[in-house]
Amino acid sequence: MSAPASLSDPVFPPLQINPELVKGILVGFIQNEVRKVGFERVVLNLSGGVDSSLVAFLATEALGRDNVMALILPYKNSDPKSRLDALEVVAQLGIRHFEIDITAQVDAYFARFPEADQVRRGNKMARERMTIAYDHSLAWRALVIGTSNKTELLLGYGTIYGDMASAINPIGDLYKTQVWQLADAVGVPTAIVQKAPSADLWTGQSDETELGFQYRMIDQLLYYLVERRYSVEELKRQGFDDTFISEIMRRVRENQYKRRLPVIAKLSSRTIDRDFRYPRDWGR
Amino acid sequence: MTDGRLSVALAQIDPALGDRGRNLERHREWVKRAADAGARLLVFPELSLTGYFLKDLVPESAIQLDSKEMRDLAALSSELDIVLGTVIESPDHRYFNASLYFSQGELVHMHRKVYLPTYGMFDEQRYFAPGDRFRSFATPFGRAGMLVCEDIWHLSSAYILSLEGVDMIICPSSSPGRGITTDERLGTAESYRLVCRTYAQFLTTFFLYCNRVGFEDGANFWGGSMVIGPNGDIIAQHEDPEEALVLATIDLADVRRERLANPLLRDERIELTINELRRVWHERTRKPF
Repeated sequence: MSAPASLSDPVFPPLQINPELVKGILVGFIQNEVRKVGFERVVLNLSGGVDSSLVAFLATEALGRDNVMALILPYKNSDPKSRLDALEVVAQLGIRHFEIDITAQVDAYFARFPEADQVRRGNKMARERMTIAYDHSLAWRALVIGTSNKTELLLGYGTIYGDMASAINPIGDLYKTQVWQLADAVGVPTAIVQKAPSADLWTGQSDETELGFQYRMIDQLLYYLVERRYSVEELKRQGFDDTFISEIMRRVRENQYKRRLPVIAKLSSRTIDRDFRYPRDWGR
Repeated sequence: MTDGRLSVALAQIDPALGDRGRNLERHREWVKRAADAGARLLVFPELSLTGYFLKDLVPESAIQLDSKEMRDLAALSSELDIVLGTVIESPDHRYFNASLYFSQGELVHMHRKVYLPTYGMFDEQRYFAPGDRFRSFATPFGRAGMLVCEDIWHLSSAYILSLEGVDMIICPSSSPGRGITTDERLGTAESYRLVCRTYAQFLTTFFLYCNRVGFEDGANFWGGSMVIGPNGDIIAQHEDPEEALVLATIDLADVRRERLANPLLRDERIELTINELRRVWHERTRKPF
C-alpha cells in the first residue's frame, strides 16, 4: 500500500507541472510576502521529509542562505534517518539550524497523563514544535514559513495549531504528487523525494498506511473532485471505487474546521471575517 | 504625430494595496520614465492607484471626480497622455472600478468597468457598482476605447467599441495568474494572449494590454503586458512577472492598411446583428418562466 514514490512512475497528466514556472512564482511569493510585512528572514521546522525540504530550498533561493533558519526537532521515537536527512538539507543549502530534542518537554507533560494514546502524543509533539518555531520567529525576527501541502490540508491530515500553523505557506496549493515533481526539480536529495511519506510522530508511521490509500490515487481523486468539481456519479464513472470516494469526501468535509479561523458568534454589524473584510496585505 | 507614428508605453507595475499616496508617487516616477523614453501615451494597470483585492478598503480608497486628488492625477498628463485605474465614488456614493484617460492636464474619458467578476477568487460585485456603457472617445492619436480586465471576456464589449470605429483598444488589467500545467506559461497568460490577439485581428485595431505584477494575499499577478497590431501580431511584450516599462512605436496608418487588406468592419452587418439580438431577447423574455 505504501510504495515509495518513484520518480520513474508516470505522473497523472493533469497534475504534471512545469517546475521552472512554479518555482519562479513561489520564490517571488516568498520574497514579496516576507519583505512587504517588514521581514527579511524565515524560520521553518525541517523534518527531513519532502515537504519541509522543498520549502527550505525555495526559501533559500528566495531570501538567501543567511536568511533561512531550519529547526530540527526530533522526539526520542523519531526515525534517526529523518534527522540525518534534515541535516543533509541544511548542509547542502548552507543554512543555519538549531537542533532541539523535544523529548523532555513532551514527556514531562505526559508524565501526568500516562494513558494518552499515540494521537494525543503526536498532536502534542506537533504543537511543541510549533511553539518553538514561533519562539524563534520572535527571537530571530523571522516569519514562520509553513510546509503543509494541498493534499494534507484537504484531508485534514495535520495537527491544527501544530504543523498547520504558519504565517505564509508557499506549497499549500500543490498536491503531494506535485510537491514530488517540484522537489526533484529544485534539487532536494533524491533519497528524500523517494522515501515513503511519514509524519514521523511514532516509529514506523506511514501517511499512506494511515490514510489507507496511496497519494497518487488520492491526488487523482482530489483533482476531479476539487479542481474539476465532478459529482460522485461522475467520479464513479471515472472508475474510482465507492468506498474510496466516500472516505476521501468525508475527510475533506469533516476537516473543514481546520482550514478556518475559529467560528465567531455573530453579534455586531461588522464581525471579523464575515462583514469586516480586509486583505492581509492591507497597506503593503 | 504627423506621420501616424506613436510611441506608447505600458507601465507594468506592482501597486501597493490600499496606499494611494505611495502609489501616486510611484505613478509620478513612471510618468517621468516614460516621458524620458519619448512615450506620448502611457497606460497603467487596472486599479493602479489603489491595488486590486481591496475588499472593505474600497470606500476609503475612492476619490470623487471633483476633488483635489483628481486634479493631482490630471496633472500627471501635462507631458504625455495617461491611462490609470482607481476607485471613483459617484455623488450618490456608488463605487466604480474606473479607468481614466487624461490628456494635457484634463480628464478626457472615464470608463467604469461593466463586467465585475464575482466568482471563484473574485468578489467585485460585493464592493463595486457596474458601469453601464461602452463608449469610444477622441484622443490626439485617433479614436480609442477602454475595457477593464473582465470586460474583454465579453465579446460584445470589444465589438461595440470596434463599431464605433476605434483605432485602439486599451485594456488595463489586474489579472491573477493561475493554472499550472507543463506549459511554459500560466493558463491565464495563455488565455489572455489568445483573447487580445483575437480582438486585435478580428476588429483590425491596435490593442494595448497592461497587466500588473506583484502579489496580494498570496495571489500573483503575471504581467505579460503587450502591444498588439491590427493584424494580430504582438509588437512588444514583457512576459516576465516583474516591473517593466514596455515601449513600442506603432504606426496608426497600419489600421487603414489592415482594413484595406481585410475589410471585416466594412462588411459587418450592424442592423442584422441588432435585429437578431432583439429577436433572441424577445424569445428569451416571452417565455412564461
